[in-house]
Amino acid sequence: MSRGSTILAVLLLVASMAASVVLVGTIAAAYPSSPMEDVLFVSSPEFVKRASLGYSGLLADIYWMRVVQYFGRKHQRDSMEYKALAPLLDITTTLDPNLVVAYEWGSTFLDQPPPSGAGDDAAAVALIRKGIRNNPSEWHLYFTLGFIQYLGQRDYLGAAKTFEEGSRISSSRSWMKVLAAKMLTDAGSLETARYMWQNIYNESTDKNLKQNAELHLACLVVDQEIPQLESVVSEFRPRTGHNPSSWGDLIASGLLRVIPRDPTGTAYVLRNDGHVVVADWKKLPFIQRGKPE
Amino acid sequence: MISRIRAIAFNTFREAVRDRVLYNLVFFALLLVATAPLLGEISIGVQRVLLINLSLSAISIFGIVISIFVGISLVSKEIEKRTLYPVLSRPVGRGEFILGKYCGLLGTLLVNTAAMTVGFYIALMLMTRDFTHSDANILIAVYFLFLEFVVIIGLSLLFSSFSSPLLSALFALSMFVAGTFAADLRAFAAMAHGPEGWLARAASYVIPNLASLNVITRVSHDQSIPAALVGYNTLYTALYATATISGAVLIFSRRDLK
Repeated sequence: MSRGSTILAVLLLVASMAASVVLVGTIAAAYPSSPMEDVLFVSSPEFVKRASLGYSGLLADIYWMRVVQYFGRKHQRDSMEYKALAPLLDITTTLDPNLVVAYEWGSTFLDQPPPSGAGDDAAAVALIRKGIRNNPSEWHLYFTLGFIQYLGQRDYLGAAKTFEEGSRISSSRSWMKVLAAKMLTDAGSLETARYMWQNIYNESTDKNLKQNAELHLACLVVDQEIPQLESVVSEFRPRTGHNPSSWGDLIASGLLRVIPRDPTGTAYVLRNDGHVVVADWKKLPFIQRGKPE
Repeated sequence: MISRIRAIAFNTFREAVRDRVLYNLVFFALLLVATAPLLGEISIGVQRVLLINLSLSAISIFGIVISIFVGISLVSKEIEKRTLYPVLSRPVGRGEFILGKYCGLLGTLLVNTAAMTVGFYIALMLMTRDFTHSDANILIAVYFLFLEFVVIIGLSLLFSSFSSPLLSALFALSMFVAGTFAADLRAFAAMAHGPEGWLARAASYVIPNLASLNVITRVSHDQSIPAALVGYNTLYTALYATATISGAVLIFSRRDLK
């Protein structure tokens, strides 16, 4: 082959490939394909396991990646439906019954109310119970189950029983026993919730888990501060006969010293009706109080 | 006899190492090992597990592909190129020829597996920056994978001793797939009665018991492998390989090569 022919062939190769890439983009933009993310081509976990020919661990990791990507995409779009999440997690954990991270995170993805998660408590509990059956010595799984029973289902007795069972595992943490007791005596308080999230924060080595716990702790601060601020507002009303129009009114009256700020550093919003809300609740998605209606 | 087998084995090893397809497979396996940490980034909490699963699965898949596709061509290529006749015209028995070929490919696989394992451990060290007792446990899984290759090479040689390369590949591949279902077949045999039951039982013992040689998922979760299993698997592989190679020698000794 002559030098000229070689150069021509190389140029043609590069140009054709580049043009085909552009064309594929154009076709995809002009004729978008229907979304396939909720479609499971094979739904039987047992069949997938048999078909893996012994490479079930690798396939479980691939399915777990698919779970994370699926959840991430839906979460980013504030989706209210996560149809394929539970079946995908079932396949993942059937392929590798010891993949503890899939039970822990998966049940959290399933449990959190939409749009933060699928809002499917029953599926979350079923998944974590499957995890406990397959990994009875993993105290983390008992903790996660108790956590879902406590915060998701408000089943304080069930949560107390689960924390108690988990605390009997030798590698378990001493605060699991404390949590079991708190479920029976003080389950609904912010203090108990803070105790739990603080322990999750201290215990986590995973960066994402730590950030999530930090965010929950910040939301608990808001849940605690908003009633306090509204109580200050209600003190102002009898003195002046009207609601304060701004934080400045409260500072001028001596009821507050500075403009109150939420944990993100943004000032709380004082509404005309005397209610206090956060400026951007999406930055504090787990707050129970102070969401603008 | 030993020196003649050694000479054939060495030549087989040299020929296989010169084979470009072999290099490409090893390169690809190493590439997979290198991409594992990147794949871990798009998942949560499974970086180490994923690296182990991906790397050992790659070692297994590429090893099996080499065992089958190089194994079936060991005899047929020699016949096709007519290089077998000068070898057999010397004082070399057909059995020695088969045994030499078997050992040569085994040596190739040993070197390949060792290279891929070194690549895997480098990737693991780069990721975890630590070396624990459980990391050493992974070597048992690699050893079991090598035992898997010992079985598959034996089967490839057995089939290629009487069949065409295409059919031999098909048979060997089918035996590998069936081998992963050996336990299911035994369970089916236990449920079946009469001739079907006997047939299923016989088939379940003829196909290789590969399920017990795959402990990748277990070592990825730091689960220990019992020493007894190492002993049983080694013994089973030795027996199965002896049976297949004996079969190959028997068939090849009676084969009309004219």
